[in-house]
Amino acid sequence: MQHYNMNLTLKVWKQKNSKAKGAFETYKVSGISSEMSFLEMFDVLNEQLVAEGKEPIAFDHDCREGICGMCSMYINGRAHGPWHQTTTCQLHMREYKDGDTIVVEPWRANSFPVIKDLVVDRGAFDRIIAAGGYISVNTGNAQDANSLPIDKQKADESFAAATCIGCGACVAACPNTSAMLFVSAKVSHLALLPQGDPERKTRATNMIHQMDTEGFGSCTNIGACEAECPKGISLENIARLNREYIGAVFSGSAEG
Amino acid sequence: MNWKQSFSTSIGKKLQMSLTGLFLILFLIVHCYINAQVFYNDGGVRFNEAAHFMGTNFVIRTVELGLFAFLILHIVQGLLLWAKNRARRTVKYAVSAGNKTSPWYSRSMALLGTLILLFLVVHLSKFWGPNRLSMTTGHGELPLYKMMYDEFQITWVLIVYLLGVFALAWHLLHGFYSAFQTLGLGTHKYKGIIKGIGVAFSIIVPLIFALMPIAFYMHWLCGPVADCVK
Repeated sequence: MQHYNMNLTLKVWKQKNSKAKGAFETYKVSGISSEMSFLEMFDVLNEQLVAEGKEPIAFDHDCREGICGMCSMYINGRAHGPWHQTTTCQLHMREYKDGDTIVVEPWRANSFPVIKDLVVDRGAFDRIIAAGGYISVNTGNAQDANSLPIDKQKADESFAAATCIGCGACVAACPNTSAMLFVSAKVSHLALLPQGDPERKTRATNMIHQMDTEGFGSCTNIGACEAECPKGISLENIARLNREYIGAVFSGSAEG
Repeated sequence: MNWKQSFSTSIGKKLQMSLTGLFLILFLIVHCYINAQVFYNDGGVRFNEAAHFMGTNFVIRTVELGLFAFLILHIVQGLLLWAKNRARRTVKYAVSAGNKTSPWYSRSMALLGTLILLFLVVHLSKFWGPNRLSMTTGHGELPLYKMMYDEFQITWVLIVYLLGVFALAWHLLHGFYSAFQTLGLGTHKYKGIIKGIGVAFSIIVPLIFALMPIAFYMHWLCGPVADCVK
């Protein structure tokens, strides 16, 4: 693809802290290369702001290779921008033309309070994981991996669920701010494996209880989460979570 | 968890919507079948027989109470969920994805449901309400076929019915699949079948419902027995 430079207008959400009322601010950036990533374009803007003696825009980023899940930006109405199964850091400026206006907002959900500008607090996800997204392992030598045979199909499905990077795009994209896709991925990747089986009932109920406590909305099977997930986590995981829940609370056992 | 707790979590409330919704889907099949008797075009003989059975059979009348209980639960829980979900994003997005990430009808279930509810108020006040009132006050059953024939000559009634059925079709298009997804059946193997049957159901059933008022309005069906000269 032909390389080109572009000038852009950015409307970015600025918010001092979680208490303050935010507002959009308009910025102009020039000479942006079509080969830059979206975050590199923000780096250019921030350097420009620093040079002008203004405060740079706060945004989350870490690995910049699409696996950490930090780069939460809602770009022109889309979580992580318009590309399919892509994080913001992997969105490249060749998507845009000279003269475009781009609106950038933080993840908007009351369960993800804005810390500053585009940075949101996703601690609610950590607390959901702490409520049951693990297996209890006795100390001592790890047993040989081959002593636990696992069906290939299940291993693959479990792995597909485990690719969830906890970025929160599902919550951001959901009209109800539901965290079901995230929770379903975390429950699925353990429920499919023998290691996760002993605690599956308490895991499902405890994680859902924590999800409700954090104030995430209720899932209504709209499917925007699946459409926006950078890792392509399927709605089939939500079906599995529903089955895990039904199995846990209606089986009549004390655990549920 | 006890029964109350099991149905009170976010998934528990989904299950309330799913199970009541599936019951309402079953009701639609029965309602549609009974009403389709008018297409025998026999002046309402078969239709009135079926309506008489539905209105007087003890089991059916008992299930009718359950129907209203489930209907009210579906409406109240649905509206509560809608209000709570909306309140969970206090600051709205300036730009939204619109139809790029989800179909409009899936996002508009509360609106479509409310339209169906408004339609139901009109619908029940025209047929079910007066008929049950007449029965409980000892005046006997009303001639329902004649009432349908008369009501559907009125243009605004026809329009209200067509709008109601239109809202029902879109509500079902999401609701049918969604009910099964909530029960955990949206798996690789079943998802396609459920969606397929859901689309067919959402077209066929509302279409049959829509055909009734149209058929009366267009005089494709004859009037009550006395006027129905074969």
